[in-house]
Amino acid sequence: MVDKPLPAVAYLKIPDAGEPYLEGHRCSNCGATFLGARANCSKCGARDHMGTIRLSNKGELYAYCIVHRSFPGIEVPYVSAIVDLEGGGTVKGNLINVEPDPAKIDFGMPVEVVYDDALGRRDGDGNAYLSYFFQPRTD
Amino acid sequence: MTDAYVVGVDMIKFGRFPEKTVPQIGSEAALLALDDCGLTIHDMQALYCGNLGQASGMVGQRILQEIGQTGIAVVNVSNACATGATAFREAWTSVKAGLYDLVLAVGVEQMGRGLLGGGGGGRGISKEGLLGSGTMPAVFAEAGMEHSRHHGTTFEQFAKVSVKNHHHSTMNSKAMYQIETPLDVVMNAEMISYPNTKLMCSVNVDGSAAAVIASEKKARELGLMDRAVKVRASVLTSDPWQERDLVMPDVNSCTRSAAAAAYEMAGLGPDDIDLVELHDCFATAEILHYENLGLCKDGEAGRLIDEGEVQLGGRVPVNVSGGLLSKGHPLGATGIANIYEVSTHLRGEAGKRQVEGARIGLTHVIGLGSACGIHILEKAA
Repeated sequence: MVDKPLPAVAYLKIPDAGEPYLEGHRCSNCGATFLGARANCSKCGARDHMGTIRLSNKGELYAYCIVHRSFPGIEVPYVSAIVDLEGGGTVKGNLINVEPDPAKIDFGMPVEVVYDDALGRRDGDGNAYLSYFFQPRTD
Repeated sequence: MTDAYVVGVDMIKFGRFPEKTVPQIGSEAALLALDDCGLTIHDMQALYCGNLGQASGMVGQRILQEIGQTGIAVVNVSNACATGATAFREAWTSVKAGLYDLVLAVGVEQMGRGLLGGGGGGRGISKEGLLGSGTMPAVFAEAGMEHSRHHGTTFEQFAKVSVKNHHHSTMNSKAMYQIETPLDVVMNAEMISYPNTKLMCSVNVDGSAAAVIASEKKARELGLMDRAVKVRASVLTSDPWQERDLVMPDVNSCTRSAAAAAYEMAGLGPDDIDLVELHDCFATAEILHYENLGLCKDGEAGRLIDEGEVQLGGRVPVNVSGGLLSKGHPLGATGIANIYEVSTHLRGEAGKRQVEGARIGLTHVIGLGSACGIHILEKAA
């Protein structure tokens, strides 16, 4: 077991100093943005043009659904959200601090990425994890 | 290049057969398809077998162990929910290429129950319910909500798809269910992932379907042209790059590119199609594919279901078999079961659910990941 939380996914970065952030990979040939490292661009096929970028914590809700049936032990209902980040990159996650009611959720609503404990989930070694969530943004 | 014809085709009644093996289930449809054209396994020059659950299990060879080990070439195919269509297409390709004159395609699946997808895997902790949902109902709910975003499609319109397909299945004895589900029943069923209720999710069933494909010369030689169905187009596509790919599987682009290629190959357009069996894995998905297949303009799918254009008796009936929603969705069998359904209408043998005067039909499946298979079929002249 390690002292500080581990990232829930590889594209969530936790620097020794500073705030956690989501990392993207961008092709310098065509500008396509990806989550996760890759050698070649799957949009244009360019080789050796991938570099890392820091994704924005601001975005807008592109699409979502409200999950009412999941696997045992997973609290429902919750909002599964697809968010387009400012400056590129699309990320999926839970939309929190909003009622899980379609009447209360607007397409295109501004959201922000927030970082918090991964709902208390631990791995087999007892390690804690840091995850990310989306919540409505008022600015 | 020779034309290729479906000369024998059939499916078993979909259901749950835990006491049977996958090859046993597959062999039943294989024999039915052979019987449909009065041929035997000894007449077949190759077998193309589609199955997902035992993709490394040599299911095609084991089917031959059930019905006759003639030593022919066997190709086992796995391509998500496009598996059956891919097996059929491989069979078609071999005939078109002149390699064989008579081949058999079989699709078979034995399913478990419950939610598909979202299992996660990998190291660390489960991501399900932490980073959204990866279950199939959720993924296709999000695809439906994307349509709502662009076109204002409502929960009620999605639900009407399920009402229609369940109604159609009451006329299909080979469907898993023959039960009417009125709109209020569909909308008030257990919500799985909004906007898909339980009755708007396809049914996990066991099943198999098979087709015998012949070259034109062989079909004529055997006197099988009377009930033969010509394969006017066979297209398989994968998903082109889209910016949201990695978090939102794109079922639209590959369907659109496959449809365009299929219409071009057939020298036909959407207006020429008399019936469609499309991939209604969820009610939300069917709405998307009305537009993806060109059955209406973009944004008109809601109107299509509202005005009854896609029900039996309408302008272009969709999923008169009951669709995946009520006939059931045994993943590897579905693509060939669609071909059975359309062929049955083109032959004028569909009984109560017959689409009157059907001359040309289209089948469509999509496997997430993604693979899209489209076939356009026509009654042989």
